[in-house]
Amino acid sequence: MITQNRTWYRLLALLFGFALLAAACGGSDETEAGDDTTASTADGEAMSEEEMAAMDDGPLTVAVVAPSSKEDLAFTQSMVDALNALDRDIDLQITDGTFVVEDAAAAIRGYAEDGVEVIVAHGTQYGGSLAEIAPDFPDTTFIWGTATDTQGLDNVFAYYPAADEGGYVNGILAAGLSTSGQLGVIGPIEAGDAVAYIVGFQNGAESKGAEVSVVYTGSFGDVALAAETATAHLANGADVLTGTAQMVVGAVGVANDAGVPWFGTQANQTALAPDIVVASQVYHWEVVLEEMLALRDSGTIGGQAFEVNLTNGGLVIEFNDGFDLPAELKAEAEATIAGIIDGSISTGA
Amino acid sequence: MSQFFTLGVMVTVVASGIRLATPYLLASLGETIGQRSGVLNLGVDGIMLLAAFGAYYAALKTGNLWLAVLVALGTGLFVGIIYALITVSLHAAQGISGIGIFLFGLGFSDLLFQVWVGTPLPIPRKLPALAIPGLSDIPYVGDALFRHNLMTYGAFLLVPAVMFLLQRTTFGMNVRAVGENPQAADSLGVSVERTRFVAILLGSSAAGLAGASLVLQGGIFQANLTNGLGFIAIAIVYFGAWRPLGAMVGSLLYGLVQASVVQLKVQGTIPRGASDLAAMAPAIITILALVFLAGRVKAPAALTRPFARH
Repeated sequence: MITQNRTWYRLLALLFGFALLAAACGGSDETEAGDDTTASTADGEAMSEEEMAAMDDGPLTVAVVAPSSKEDLAFTQSMVDALNALDRDIDLQITDGTFVVEDAAAAIRGYAEDGVEVIVAHGTQYGGSLAEIAPDFPDTTFIWGTATDTQGLDNVFAYYPAADEGGYVNGILAAGLSTSGQLGVIGPIEAGDAVAYIVGFQNGAESKGAEVSVVYTGSFGDVALAAETATAHLANGADVLTGTAQMVVGAVGVANDAGVPWFGTQANQTALAPDIVVASQVYHWEVVLEEMLALRDSGTIGGQAFEVNLTNGGLVIEFNDGFDLPAELKAEAEATIAGIIDGSISTGA
Repeated sequence: MSQFFTLGVMVTVVASGIRLATPYLLASLGETIGQRSGVLNLGVDGIMLLAAFGAYYAALKTGNLWLAVLVALGTGLFVGIIYALITVSLHAAQGISGIGIFLFGLGFSDLLFQVWVGTPLPIPRKLPALAIPGLSDIPYVGDALFRHNLMTYGAFLLVPAVMFLLQRTTFGMNVRAVGENPQAADSLGVSVERTRFVAILLGSSAAGLAGASLVLQGGIFQANLTNGLGFIAIAIVYFGAWRPLGAMVGSLLYGLVQASVVQLKVQGTIPRGASDLAAMAPAIITILALVFLAGRVKAPAALTRPFARH
């Protein structure tokens, strides 16, 4: 009987081990280029100077820790795409799906201990963790956003999108496409670049006489609630929709079913609904990442904040060629972009 | 606020509330059966996630929604077997075992999604709304109640079915007996292990259907799609006093409050500054209801207690 019980306990232990392993895999930790990409020593201790020197000759080791899937057609994908677009030899490691801040903090510290040279903490919510971790690794460059300052840390670069600019352009377009004059917005939690985008959208649309209803669902992940919010907007007369953050995939589905135009942000969302996505504001973080890495090459490993915007090319309005956008509206959008760049148009944000 | 109480808006809110209530109802009905047999399954959310991914993948690759439902059902059944083996056959503690199942579902569904799909593409078609002939033409009521998809109708039809199962069948009597006093049931020749095993399988299958309903209504999958919905379903079981009708009331309450908050936000009645507070309203109401009900209803006496014949 005792032997039998032990067998059961072993089986149980195996099962739980498997469960914990799978859970840990939830935020997939994968390597984009090559198999041997970490800069860690075999025993996990800090690297010697020789090893550091050897690494200088090889590709730059970069890791990104992000809250949602690397292919979310939104926030996380914008950073992964940007890192892959960098014009330099990098070994990229990704830990995505870390919506639990403690998991992200463990991943950030793990990468730093492994000797990864540049670590991107892609989430405003990781700021507290970074303030604890970054001082422990003074030779590592941490890149954190979206954030407007570096928390006074010399080895942290910060980045932030002027999302109001693309929001303003989308708002102008949306007002032009609307026949009811009522537009609906689905936001997550009232924070970060979501607010900037929505304020810009609202100001742009209202400058053309449209009414904008903004709803923050209170969640970055509740797809069903985002979908019902879109349905409520439509029931209240909205005939053009937009939204920001990863939960909007549900709202895009509602817009698609109703044949209502949708405006995207963060990444190009055309793949979600090729018939109704009009345009997407796409973040091209590579513009500021290149600047940060150039500074790092010259010995400045942090301490500055950067903004992506329409002027520096970090924000781009990508139109969906599959959507039949009237030429005069597209021209108006392009004129608005030019006006924002030359300073003659203010988004009011 | 007066705009909220127009018939048109009320119809929208009720229809939206029913749609939102569907996954809660399916999951809580299943969990009601399990808990009435004395087994608490905290892994409901994980089962829903795995089943949701299964349904999504099947629908994405084949476009066959029935196959998607079957895959979700099968996934729920399979994970239910694992959970039953752990808690019934191996007599493991139910709480920690359920958390293990949840974590497994959370991680593994995301892992499969990233490896097999990646970009969250929508499924070719969603479950269409089915207008019930005659009833759907009733002004306002028809739009609110009788223009939903088959899974929503099915969920509400399951309520009397589960009531009948628990109250009018031998199996239901056995479920209640092993949930209250497994030793006594055992002494009367009822197989406690078999009864609990089957109750768990029914519950996990229903959780699988709940996962499928999320995907087939929304048309998409992403990591942690349930957003903790399974845990709310467990709370609804308590709220519903372990009765199918109570589970329905709780699910509807939760769905309708959610829909009302959304509608009030869309109309601008709830100021944007109070937006995040309003988002908590459904949970707060559920907690208040649970506090109110505490002591007034009795949980199955053997809930969470593993059974071992001495």
